[in-house]
Amino acid sequence: MLAQLRPAIVLMLLFTLLLGLAYPLAITGIGQAAFPAQANGSRIERDGVLIGSSLIGQNFAGAGYFHPRPSAADYNAASSGASNLGPTSMALRNAIVERSAALALDMPVPADAVTTSGSGLDPHISPAFARTQVARIATARALPPEQVAALLAATIEHPVLGLIGEPQVNVLRLNLALDAMAPPAS
Amino acid sequence: MTWQGWLQIAAVLLAVLVIIKPLGLYMARVFAGDRTPLSPVLAPVETGFYRLAGVDPRREQGWFAYAIGVLAFSLAGFLLLYAMLRLQAYLPFNPQGFGALAPDLAFNTAASFVTNTNWQAYGGETTMSHFSQMAGLTVQNFVSGATGIAVAIAVTRAFARSGVKELGNFWVDLTRATLYVLLPMAIIVALAFVALGLPQTLDGAMAATTLEGASQTIALGPVASQEAIKQLGTNGGGFFNVNAAHPFENPNAFSNYLNIFSMLSISAALVYAFGQIVGSRRQAWALLSAMAILLVTGIGIVYWAETAGNPIHLALGVDPALGNMEGKEVRFGQAMTALYAGVTTGISNGGVNAMMSSLTPLGGLVPMFLMQLGEILPGGVGSGLYAMLVFSILAVFIAGLMVGRTPELLGKKIEAREIKLAMLAVLLLPTAILGFSSVAAMLPAGLAGLASAGPHGLSEILYAYTSAAANNGSAFGGLSANSPWYNTTLGLAMLAGRFAYIVPVLAIAGALATKPRVAPSSGTFPTHGPLFVGLLIGIILILGGLQFFPALALGPILEHVLMLAGQTF
Repeated sequence: MLAQLRPAIVLMLLFTLLLGLAYPLAITGIGQAAFPAQANGSRIERDGVLIGSSLIGQNFAGAGYFHPRPSAADYNAASSGASNLGPTSMALRNAIVERSAALALDMPVPADAVTTSGSGLDPHISPAFARTQVARIATARALPPEQVAALLAATIEHPVLGLIGEPQVNVLRLNLALDAMAPPAS
Repeated sequence: MTWQGWLQIAAVLLAVLVIIKPLGLYMARVFAGDRTPLSPVLAPVETGFYRLAGVDPRREQGWFAYAIGVLAFSLAGFLLLYAMLRLQAYLPFNPQGFGALAPDLAFNTAASFVTNTNWQAYGGETTMSHFSQMAGLTVQNFVSGATGIAVAIAVTRAFARSGVKELGNFWVDLTRATLYVLLPMAIIVALAFVALGLPQTLDGAMAATTLEGASQTIALGPVASQEAIKQLGTNGGGFFNVNAAHPFENPNAFSNYLNIFSMLSISAALVYAFGQIVGSRRQAWALLSAMAILLVTGIGIVYWAETAGNPIHLALGVDPALGNMEGKEVRFGQAMTALYAGVTTGISNGGVNAMMSSLTPLGGLVPMFLMQLGEILPGGVGSGLYAMLVFSILAVFIAGLMVGRTPELLGKKIEAREIKLAMLAVLLLPTAILGFSSVAAMLPAGLAGLASAGPHGLSEILYAYTSAAANNGSAFGGLSANSPWYNTTLGLAMLAGRFAYIVPVLAIAGALATKPRVAPSSGTFPTHGPLFVGLLIGIILILGGLQFFPALALGPILEHVLMLAGQTF
């Protein structure tokens, strides 16, 4: 019994040094050297200002921007979170009713438009949800709807080889492209 | 369901199928003590570790000494991790200045990571310093996985040997599993993860100004290095609160593939290594077939249920095209969510890329049921293999009863002692899950944590104790589990689920190793054909089904019926 104590303690400490410090620090060193953009959080800057991360959703409420999905975390990227509401939750049902009413669409509502994501930071929306927003944005920015629709079509990310992944729209990238095309009326 | 979705699922599973043989053969060499291509680099490290630890690598242990080694090492890891979490405020790499964890949360987290459960009662980016994530959690991600592999190898040797008491040396198996298997794979996968977009930095956060002028603080850290071993060691404890649903843990379809591939590979390949070591690769493929049939069925049910969507929401005018999207990420869609949910509970991972609690009732039933089967599809690294061997022992026993012969498995006679120990191990899961769940469902302290009324509330409790006792770690996250009651009882369930299983399993191994291997005769029931695979699946389902069906009927099954009736709570 006591003979087993020494290897238990010594190996635990050695593994802590090797796996807990040497391994992550080595990966940090190599990662920072080889893939600095990704290793530092895929930053997006505009005019020298950090706008956000291309991987992390952020909130948009203005009429002139494409809106992201509802978020249970309020797009707080320092504290991710989900609603965790179950399938028979009355709170979830009521929320969907409210969100659908706010969208006021004369067609079936895209599911991602009225549900919260797993992370609360979903950077994407479905192309269907994006299309429902084209008319609003065209009006707010005084642009022809065709021009906004064309920008959207160019921004949709399709599955690689038609197979890998889902059709999706990165909301932040799309809104940046929108600003580049027609600066927001201030 | 779409054919593209099924093709994506098939592609990931096929990739795992391809690596099973080479990785299995490699691991068989590693645990035979043979030289490997990595030996020139790793052998000096290994030798140095043994010297410092006072381990004689040639001296083997009987089952009891081996079990004491497992327990002593786990206790040392538990105490070190508990101390780190309690002293977090005084330790380095803490850019956000997080304070100490409360005693019950530190106990729960230490138990969680030492038992390879990785239940998260805490939110990673709001609780844990980089030091705790790296030197505490990442280390246990490695060594708890390596401990499971070591036990599985000891059990494997019991089948391969005859007339001896020794099962190997735990310290050697532990060290070799870590140095030769987990560490090299973790380095490769971690770097691939960084390339795919996972952050790897010692910074704590970055402050952005959004396009609309709001400020957004984005948590960062050494994510990739932890994510890699979280999957390879079938741990599942994420860097962030929402685990692999977080875009920094799982930014795109390719990272999602790599996540799933990493968590399945070692467990599946260990089954092949078992076949190689005992000299019957056909036995390995028989076990793998049984696992694959059950796993793919489970994935299919989740995929179908989630694509079908929630009739309560569809009645409100929601377009059914995307399926049930609550708690899911657009970039994964239903196929990759279903695959992740099935695999993470079929093995003992517990990471999630969507919120289990928001799955449809049948979609949520499957992960719960896969855990209740004992996580054998193909299970946690090591733990899946030895649990599957326990079921195999029971399967040949029942086959033996039917034909009136002494049961044999791979030439080892299975007798009263082995059956008793196997039943002791198998009964542990229902005792812990149903016992704790029923107490929690009656006590105010248990009910206080509920987020849902109706049957979903019972499912939250049942899922929590299932996940803890089966050492999975996924959750119906609505439950407020960070309370003294849940932290303590779930921690106890995890410790029981791990160690009260390992000890009888090693005792079985000790008994089997001393027996001679008898040559198969014309009366031997072959354990590598379709008949055995069918019998094994039957035993697994009957044991799982009979024990848990009443509880599941009151939870997810009742909720499904009520959902169809349009009832909300």
